[in-house]
Amino acid sequence: MDWLVEFPHMNDDSLRALKKTIDEGFRGFTRSHGDTIEALFSPLKFFLIHSERIMVEAPWPIVTAVILAIAWIGSRSWRIVLGCLVTLLAIGFFGMWEDTMRTISMIFVCTLLAVVIGIPIGILMSRSERFRRVMNPILDVMQTMPSFVYLIPVVMLLGIGKVPGLIAVVIYAIPPMIRLTDLGIRLVDKDVLEAADAFGSSNWQKLTKVQLPLALPTVMAGINQTIMMALAMVVVASMIGVQGLGQPVLKAIANQYFTLGLFNGFAIVGIAIMFDRVSQAYGKRLQQHREVTHG
Amino acid sequence: MADRAAGGIQIRNLYKIFGSDPQAYIDAVKAGMTKAELNEKHGHILGLRDINIEIPSGTIQVIMGLSGSGKSTLIRHINRLIDPTAGEVLVDGTDVVKMTEAELLSFRRQQTGMVFQKFALLPHRNVLDNTLYGLEVRGIDRQKGIDTAMRWLDRVGLKGFEQKYPNQLSGGMQQRVGLARALANDAPVLLMDEAYSALDPLIRTDMQTMLLELQKELHKTVVFITHDLDEALRLGDQIAILRDGEIIQQGSSQDIVLRPADDYVANFVKEVNRGRFIHVDAVMAPFSGSAGPDDQPAIPAEATIEEAARVVMAHPAGSATVRGKDGKAIGVVSLRDLTAAMVKAEPVATR
Ligand SMILES: Nc1ncnc2c1ncn2[C@@H]1O[C@H](COP(=O)(O)OP(=O)(O)OP(=O)(O)O)[C@@H](O)[C@H]1O
Ligand SMILES: [Mg+2]
Repeated sequence: MDWLVEFPHMNDDSLRALKKTIDEGFRGFTRSHGDTIEALFSPLKFFLIHSERIMVEAPWPIVTAVILAIAWIGSRSWRIVLGCLVTLLAIGFFGMWEDTMRTISMIFVCTLLAVVIGIPIGILMSRSERFRRVMNPILDVMQTMPSFVYLIPVVMLLGIGKVPGLIAVVIYAIPPMIRLTDLGIRLVDKDVLEAADAFGSSNWQKLTKVQLPLALPTVMAGINQTIMMALAMVVVASMIGVQGLGQPVLKAIANQYFTLGLFNGFAIVGIAIMFDRVSQAYGKRLQQHREVTHG
Repeated sequence: MADRAAGGIQIRNLYKIFGSDPQAYIDAVKAGMTKAELNEKHGHILGLRDINIEIPSGTIQVIMGLSGSGKSTLIRHINRLIDPTAGEVLVDGTDVVKMTEAELLSFRRQQTGMVFQKFALLPHRNVLDNTLYGLEVRGIDRQKGIDTAMRWLDRVGLKGFEQKYPNQLSGGMQQRVGLARALANDAPVLLMDEAYSALDPLIRTDMQTMLLELQKELHKTVVFITHDLDEALRLGDQIAILRDGEIIQQGSSQDIVLRPADDYVANFVKEVNRGRFIHVDAVMAPFSGSAGPDDQPAIPAEATIEEAARVVMAHPAGSATVRGKDGKAIGVVSLRDLTAAMVKAEPVATR
């Protein structure tokens, strides 16, 4: 009755052999292809480095002014702009300006990448039932797999640094982008689509003139979610060498510096709220004329 | 406007079966399987059965029927928003069913305009950009598109509202935008699926008047769907009545009201205000002799019973001479005939 007490599992030796084979296979792959793959990602690295350099080296009043201008264009609300100003000044006053700039730059690049990759995938999902069936479990895995797990192969392939961090963050943060693009397109009123058809719109015209504009508020909600999730990954990413607000937090954990952790934690919360309020206000403004009413 | 010899529609032996494998049942349906049987035994829905309609260019064809009778399905075959299971839809002699994807796009762009029950405006575009949507899709230069769109917005009475968004307008105004959008294409065929059903009665009458006025000048081939008899009688040069996907009667409005084919149609027409609708020549006693008495008033043959009654009552003779288009006396009506025709529910048989 042994098999009842202990789960009848694979024999220990073969299990070990299995893990070893896979690991060695992957290591072999890394050795032979690592450089090629790294070269593949070099444009990304270039982009990351430059965006960070601009943010960090530009004089702080200019950076502040640009951020406030973006906040105003997005939200058209003085309250939100004022909130952003106070947040930025507090961050600078407590000596976290540079780390914050690095983090914002990282989040910016991550979000951009997630949008560029996520929207086309979301569009494809909305058009093909079969593709959606393939993508859904993949997205589930991406959202629930602990990020440390896929950090391992990424680090093995690309080493420690900005690019692997970026990849890890994008994998974690892109699913809502994809899902909400797909949802937004599928929610477009079918009467409106029929009208577009009746006037002889081609598929491309339908997509660009009707579906995407009407899905935009939902897509914006996806972008908002992506930004929030990317920010949540800041500390994890700092473990593989991404600079920014995550590293002081990591240091604080290791050395039990309570105040250091708290300050940097608040800085992350502060920029999260900034991003959130601005992108939500923008989404709401988009929504204004997009509801269908019948007299 | 260009000349409007174009736009005649012929629908021939059109069948539509909804379901996963319609082709499998088309022969059975052609052999007489009923809608109920098809649904119960095979889980397919019979949308349309053997539809044949001839719509001359420049006329208004009304299609009537209760909810679920297949009106929307039928009108969507004309611009092939729905593909038929069998049959032909000829517009200007070209079979829409056989068009390739590209031909179909250009057909929809150039030959048809459509107005929808729920307006189906693009909520993210303002009135002007909605109106020029069809032109934009055709690739027409934007400035030219704006000129055309503005002209039509003016025609439908929306001058000054160009920059408003659909959700800032009332239903009646939204539907004016819908109409302007369909007209801006300058297409010979205009499809209107219960275009006025969502509007309240006064606005609805206004919109009907506007359509009739526009039609006098544009001479489009209009297919107009409604479940309102008054609307059908007012607008239709021809009326077809649909039940369970089949046409049970078609003809002029006088035909439908005076000689309903069966109880279903009779039921439709029983509420109609006969006095305002039936023409006097349908109830007169035709002349056997050569000339009528000259001590009584004369009325034209296409006058309604109500108009005739007014004339007759004002004159001591108690009857009137009916004159044809050429002015010749063709019959005589008495007040008695007129009253009888007004109150009678059955078809008027005296001819
Ligand atoms: N895509 C579809 N799949 C299955 N059945 C359908 C489909 N479209 C329409 N039908 C069925 O075809 C019949 C006719 O529908 P249709 O919409 O043409 O009716 P209608 O006369 O326009 O009614 P209403 O006045 O409610 O608009 C109905 O029984 C409907 O259930
Ligand atoms: Mg309908």
